[in-house]
Amino acid sequence: MRIITRLLIASVIAGIGSLNVLAAEADVKDWPAIEKAAVGQTVYFNAWGGSENINAYLEWVAAEMRERHDVTVTQVKLDDTGSAVAKVVAEKAAGRNEGGSVDLIWINGENFVSMKQQGLLLSPGWATSLPNWQYVDVENQPTILADFTEPTEGLESPWGGAKMVFFYDSARTDQNDLPDDTAQLLDWAKRNPGRFSYPAPPDFIGSSFLKQVLHEVTADPAKLAGPVDEATFDADVEPLFAYLDELHEVSWRSGKAFPQNYPDMKQKLADGELDIIFAFNPAEASASVRAGELPETIRSFTFPGGTLGNTHFVAIPYNANAKAGALLTANFLISPEAQLRKQDPMYWGDPTVLSMEKLPEADRAAFQSLDLGVATLPPGELGPVIAEPHASWMDRIETEWRRRYASGN
Amino acid sequence: MMKANDRPGLSLSGIVIRLDGKRLIDLSATVLPGEVLTVMGPSGSGKSTLLSFIGGFLDPAFQAEGEVSIDGTNLLNLPPEARRAGILFQDPLLFPHMSVGANVAFAIPPDVSGRKQRRRIGSAILAEMDLQGFEARDPATLSGGQKVRVALARVLISRPRLLLLDEPFSKLDTDLRVQMRDLVFVRARDAGLPVILVTHDEADAEAAGGLVYRIDAEGKSHG
Amino acid sequence: MSDHSPAQKRTTGSGTAFFARSAVLITVALLVLPITFGLLGTLLPAFGYLPVLGGNALGLETFRSLFATPGLAHAAVLSFATGLAATAISLVVTMLFMASFAGTPVMTRLQHLISPLLAVPHAAAAFGLAFLIAPSGYLIRFVAPLAGIDRPPDILIPHDPLGLAMIAGLVAKETPFLFLVTLAALPQVDLIASRRLAASFGYGRIAGFLYLLWPALYRQIRFAVYAVIAYSSSVVDVAVILGPNLPGTLATRLVQWMNDPDLSARFLASAGALVQLTVTVGAILVWYGLEHLGSKLLRFARDHGYRLATDALLRRFSALMIGIIGVTVFAGLGILAIWSVAGLWQFPDLLPESLTLRSWQNALPRVLDPLRTTLVTGLGSTLAAIVLTIGCLERETQTGRAGGERGLLILYMPLIVPQITFVFGLQLLFIGSGSPYRYAALILVHLVFVLPYVFLSLADPWRALDRRYEIVATALGRSRLSVLLSIRLPMLIRPILTACAVGFAVSVGQYLPTLLIGEGRLQTVTTEAVALASGNNRRVIGVYALLQTLLPFIAFSLAAFLPAMLHRKRREMRV
Repeated sequence: MRIITRLLIASVIAGIGSLNVLAAEADVKDWPAIEKAAVGQTVYFNAWGGSENINAYLEWVAAEMRERHDVTVTQVKLDDTGSAVAKVVAEKAAGRNEGGSVDLIWINGENFVSMKQQGLLLSPGWATSLPNWQYVDVENQPTILADFTEPTEGLESPWGGAKMVFFYDSARTDQNDLPDDTAQLLDWAKRNPGRFSYPAPPDFIGSSFLKQVLHEVTADPAKLAGPVDEATFDADVEPLFAYLDELHEVSWRSGKAFPQNYPDMKQKLADGELDIIFAFNPAEASASVRAGELPETIRSFTFPGGTLGNTHFVAIPYNANAKAGALLTANFLISPEAQLRKQDPMYWGDPTVLSMEKLPEADRAAFQSLDLGVATLPPGELGPVIAEPHASWMDRIETEWRRRYASGN
Repeated sequence: MMKANDRPGLSLSGIVIRLDGKRLIDLSATVLPGEVLTVMGPSGSGKSTLLSFIGGFLDPAFQAEGEVSIDGTNLLNLPPEARRAGILFQDPLLFPHMSVGANVAFAIPPDVSGRKQRRRIGSAILAEMDLQGFEARDPATLSGGQKVRVALARVLISRPRLLLLDEPFSKLDTDLRVQMRDLVFVRARDAGLPVILVTHDEADAEAAGGLVYRIDAEGKSHG
Repeated sequence: MSDHSPAQKRTTGSGTAFFARSAVLITVALLVLPITFGLLGTLLPAFGYLPVLGGNALGLETFRSLFATPGLAHAAVLSFATGLAATAISLVVTMLFMASFAGTPVMTRLQHLISPLLAVPHAAAAFGLAFLIAPSGYLIRFVAPLAGIDRPPDILIPHDPLGLAMIAGLVAKETPFLFLVTLAALPQVDLIASRRLAASFGYGRIAGFLYLLWPALYRQIRFAVYAVIAYSSSVVDVAVILGPNLPGTLATRLVQWMNDPDLSARFLASAGALVQLTVTVGAILVWYGLEHLGSKLLRFARDHGYRLATDALLRRFSALMIGIIGVTVFAGLGILAIWSVAGLWQFPDLLPESLTLRSWQNALPRVLDPLRTTLVTGLGSTLAAIVLTIGCLERETQTGRAGGERGLLILYMPLIVPQITFVFGLQLLFIGSGSPYRYAALILVHLVFVLPYVFLSLADPWRALDRRYEIVATALGRSRLSVLLSIRLPMLIRPILTACAVGFAVSVGQYLPTLLIGEGRLQTVTTEAVALASGNNRRVIGVYALLQTLLPFIAFSLAAFLPAMLHRKRREMRV
């Protein structure tokens, strides 16, 4: 047994000793060289795996990448993006500075900020040098350059937009009784106790709801664009928690439990447990109707005063094994073809990050002829976008939320 | 090959077996080819440990000393599988996953080569035991007497140097017991095998007709 | 030792003996080393040492911030209490049922139903239960038309704050486990004679069993009970599916911290893992106290001659409990099956409006890779485990000495030390070694958990085989290896295959080790199932939970079917 112990210790020491051998970085500007280097590589794309149609979309991406570039893209299905971040952390902890297990991460917001601050991302910025960057709508979608107000600096490449929309079953809920803002939503909940809720933070959708409320109840929303001011934090969030206290009394399970995430809310809408739910993908409801998960009477609405919107990205860890393949994949994800399919509710239905004006005529026409489905609002009726607050707010609010509502007191 | 009566037979000298310091067996004897040494004692007296010791299966919990030789060969220097000390227990212990024929064939020494030859020898010994055509039978379908006969055929065909009998008749009813006893002793005598029989049945000892050792409380044996 | 042991020496010098001795060594190393190193890998960050995250100095800072975490105490108490409650209920149900029916035809018939019940993975059983008891679940749909309910009532189950649903889910899975373990220990007590004796003195069936047999039986299954406590107090998947979530149990918090984008939470996770270890050890210590109390009570009752002669009601109650457990698990699977082919299925319809194979069609092409990984890992670890187990048991046969209490404790180590407390440390170690052999590492980690189950399931039949068969065969001139291969192993083919099926089922069910060591590159049906479960799509959950159940089920069917095939002409081998 002592021999085995020694062997194990020796192997650990040897592993730590072989660190810090840095590979020559690929130069993003020399695109043909990258295409060449990528041939035969396998890109482990760490992406949330909880949605079958998203997984199917990524399989299509994999097939295209193999055919066009001889790159194998394998989706590593996550139940939480944090676990991919955790993997990179663990690798850095162990000194594995190359040949890492994560090549590409579907990321945004807090996870991005965290990785950026820890120096876990491939740098310097590469996204703006991607060939397809020319089509990206940086002019009208400010969230592409500032992810939760954190400058992206080309460290992540956009691949889809998000906008908060609400769904209801028109067979059950009166269309004329729908709320126009969060204040009316509270009134509606009081009139329909137990029929509204939101996923418990840190679920992404749940946190977004808190941010929507925060934005609406904060007298001076401009304050949210900067970092939290510890001195005034309690006072700043007081209106938010006052709102939540009131809401929980009349929400589903009286606020003693919360749905896990959006798909959970969707199931509860189908079951009749919830009457109003919300998502970050305007085409979600149509896709679910088509899949037979929701009845055909489902419709969408949004707040005229605006709802939260953001962009999601892909990023490459500093120690990725297949950097060239990952760059190629990121570029393909913002190609007009991939974006068209992504916005098509038949496959996914996510709003594109490309600018219609910058696209060639044929692509523009293809986008305009997409059938978005009966439950989906047309792009013109989605309403104004409310920008995400600085990432530090969510951190503190999630902790505060947990302290108040999830500590069992 | 030496004739039976030319061989010196089985010699046990100064055999002492102890458990936790307590003496269970203390015995010296010579058993000529074809003769039977009967060891008698109440159950729990440890008389079976003598057979285990000779066969090479003594539990390490026991301490044993002494010499065992057969026809001049020191048995204790050999591993159990090379001692060729055939054993019959009170149960026939036919291997339940093998046919009757396979049970017998399993015991044929490896120097008999060739499938045909092995099968022929197996059939022959079954026939000698009045079990003609039983090769394909499932051991579980045999009667008690048939099982004992297969067990006997199996041990004889392995060409043992000696035979160790551990109360082999105690589970049979009276008629069968007499029959089987005769069969075993006759066969052993014909094959010129020294036999050690462990039993608590006086009738067994009588039928064996050889020396009888009785184990007393100190493990001392009396001839 | 014998003065005349040349023969003994020769035997131990042979190839078989070398194999057996090495097997023991490797087995002990496999059971002890990963836990030791894993715990070390968890311990250092807990005390602040994880250089890459800026933790260079040892200190108690992490614990200070851990204890300042809101809800920590509540989470710990929840883990502690649900773990103990689930164990106590499972054990009492098992005990009462055994006392009532051991040795009766009811038991013989039930034995065959237990293996499939055990084969159902925890997550699948929990989902099935959730689909049954939820306010939009099947039970309420049955009564909905009668009670005039057209919307699911706003009641908090599952995820109730007391963890009752979670306890129920655990009891449904742990009772069959304890049941099987007790069943295996039963041959070691004299059931029939004791039953007669107790009855002749006018004791009820249950009382007689408890007074005369239970103490000896309990000694045999004690470590299994501790394993149940450890599992129940640190489980992740069942807690997520059925347990309270505001706050959740300690283990679910740990997983959150391990995945937290705020990387300093990694220190918290490590410190929390130590708290988890303390909670589990504490629960086992309290249980130890309860054991003494229980045995005192039993002795008191016995010494006062309480006969409990009329225990028919209690007997029926125990049968009812076992019945409910069986029906719940199987009905849950049935509902999972319906969801997997359901089109639109609204409340309170008893059946979907339409059926579709869409979910299966979507899943199947995608599941091939994970399926292959599951099979390779499962078969690899099971094969290694059975070879090592046979080696260890062969060593036991050769030396005539079993491992005893200490050996049993080592065997139970991976089951008693909560997975979550040492697998994270193992992950760091694996990455740190820079080893490219991920597949081998995954199989090795599975082996740590598969080995104890394979050993425990084969040990009793192995020891029960009449040694005289081997003596006879050896005396016929066959070598140790030949005897092992042509006598012992064929005679034990059924228990060996059953042990393999158990091992395979354990491997298929592994979540946390697969997730951490596979690092997402090696995915099994179970990691896929849990990842997809986060989408909470009942149809997809149905598909994956069924797939997850199907694999062990096939393994158990083969274990039952193959020996019957092989030995169809041998009557005694059919049992």
